[in-house]
Amino acid sequence: MIDQLKRSFAVAKKDMLIFYLKGPVVIMGLLFPFFLFLAFLIGRNLPDEQLFVGLTAMTAFFTSTAVGPTIIPWECRGRTFERLITAPVSLTTVLLGDFQASLYFGLAITFAIAVPAVLYFSLGLGWVIFITATLLAVGTFSAMTVLLSSYPPTDVPADVMMLTSLAKFSLLFISGIFVPLEKLPSYGRLVSYISPLTYYVDALRHSLGRGYLPLWIDLGMLVLFGIAFFFAGVAVHKRVLEKRFT
Amino acid sequence: MEKAIEAVNLTKYYGSFLAVDGVSFSVKSGEVFGFLGPNGAGKTTTIRMVTGLLRPNSGEVRVLGCNMLDEREKIRAREKTGIVPEMANPYVDLTAMQNLRLMGELYGMSKAEIEKRSLELLREFGLYEKRNVKVRGFSKGMRQRLIIAMAMVADPELYFLDEPTSGLDVISARLIKDVIREEKRAGKTIFLTTHNMDDANELCERIGIIRRGKLIAIDTPEKLKQLVKGRVSVEVSFEPMKFDPSVLSSALKVEPMGDKVKIYTKDPDKTVKELVRYAEREKLRIVSLRTLSPSLEDVFMELVGGRND
Ligand SMILES: Nc1ncnc2c1ncn2[C@@H]1O[C@H](COP(=O)(O)OP(=O)(O)OP(=O)(O)O)[C@@H](O)[C@H]1O
Ligand SMILES: [Mg+2]
Repeated sequence: MIDQLKRSFAVAKKDMLIFYLKGPVVIMGLLFPFFLFLAFLIGRNLPDEQLFVGLTAMTAFFTSTAVGPTIIPWECRGRTFERLITAPVSLTTVLLGDFQASLYFGLAITFAIAVPAVLYFSLGLGWVIFITATLLAVGTFSAMTVLLSSYPPTDVPADVMMLTSLAKFSLLFISGIFVPLEKLPSYGRLVSYISPLTYYVDALRHSLGRGYLPLWIDLGMLVLFGIAFFFAGVAVHKRVLEKRFT
Repeated sequence: MEKAIEAVNLTKYYGSFLAVDGVSFSVKSGEVFGFLGPNGAGKTTTIRMVTGLLRPNSGEVRVLGCNMLDEREKIRAREKTGIVPEMANPYVDLTAMQNLRLMGELYGMSKAEIEKRSLELLREFGLYEKRNVKVRGFSKGMRQRLIIAMAMVADPELYFLDEPTSGLDVISARLIKDVIREEKRAGKTIFLTTHNMDDANELCERIGIIRRGKLIAIDTPEKLKQLVKGRVSVEVSFEPMKFDPSVLSSALKVEPMGDKVKIYTKDPDKTVKELVRYAEREKLRIVSLRTLSPSLEDVFMELVGGRND
């Protein structure tokens, strides 16, 4: 167990060395949320709190899902995957490593953006809530990439990229970033509950003193989504593993 | 002697296509075992089942005493196994050293051990000067040497090498063959596939031949050659090169080969005499003339039937 955990860290280290400098990662993970945020900002007279929530939520969501989905397709394409998976590690260990790569990248960038933003806007932030929610959320989004990378079992990174973008945007627009939950019509609110991002946005608003759902629900749902994503991802990966070797 | 690999009745379907059909064999510990067969015969599929990458539809496989169908036991076996998959690459965005370090970490070695062993291997494989260069700039031969070094980091007891010398120049191939022999001398077990009959003949103590998913022969190279004992051949080259097969009453089959002809015969004495008489009559100079005992290639052609399916 401990051994496999250590080995998953070796996998994560490899991912970080290789994948963080790839073009698509930089674009999807850094530039993209930046421009999206500008679009969100310009022409609207939004209160500082809502700006902070929007900025942080988008950054966390995009940075932690930037690397993950394409790692395994890249490995298959580069013909490194068979070598990796025949090392003394289980598939779960490899996926746990890929998960960690997303996690560390997401956490580093999110805090690097959010902390200066708090200081700049001089917000009265509940740090404990903010940090807890961010850790859980980035974990959940990283786990989501394990599921997103699992199907279809392709070796074309662009295919996965397209499907993931589709999923990510659908989630982004139903998550109470652009319109707060309480202002949504009730069917809209129901739809928003299927997105894990909703709970992070709400938890962020709690850290500023005014959430809509109870905080324990926000955090609990993040944990539940995270666990479900990871294990569903592992299960699908196991099922399609043989299709990756041609 | 104990068995390093034991495969019983391995069968694998891809969809409805039967790729490997009831293959059984065992490899003794310390043995070099060669697995031959034409393209698409099922060699890679068999290796993948034996290493626990693919799940057989039926059959059993034990490696170093571990049941490869059990997740935990499989990992235990792999800790003592070095694998070179077919057409595998190192990570091109990492340096040679980083690639080796990653493998060492995946095999659970300590930092100090990894550094020491990696430098040793880099020297052995002639990659020491390039150890901090990204693999992207490596030639095919350098990559292949690195891939093999990666399999050797943990000093495993057992190797699976799927076409380790394919596409390499003579020098790189020689280096890899020398490494294989050295590992064998150190008591390691080696399971390898190759399309190079000379390599198989030089390296392997036992050979299995697979065709259309079925294992059709398994024995030592010399015993396999006995199967085609009748097939002695005579190879001759004249100057100027001309040859009329009808002058030979003793030939079974005549194959032109570049500036030579190869004549299969049951009676080499008679064939040679006929050839010499022919050369005298036609005033040809004999550039070379030799008799060849059956090679592994002859065995292969005989068993596989000269068809590639
Ligand atoms: N992933 C796959 N899906 C479907 N069919 C496959 C797959 N992999 C292999 N096959 C088929 O199974 C058969 C055996 O393939 P395998 O790769 O084991 O052959 P091989 O002996 O290693 O050949 P080669 O010498 O060309 O490497 C081939 O007919 C091949 O077309
Ligand atoms: Mg093959």
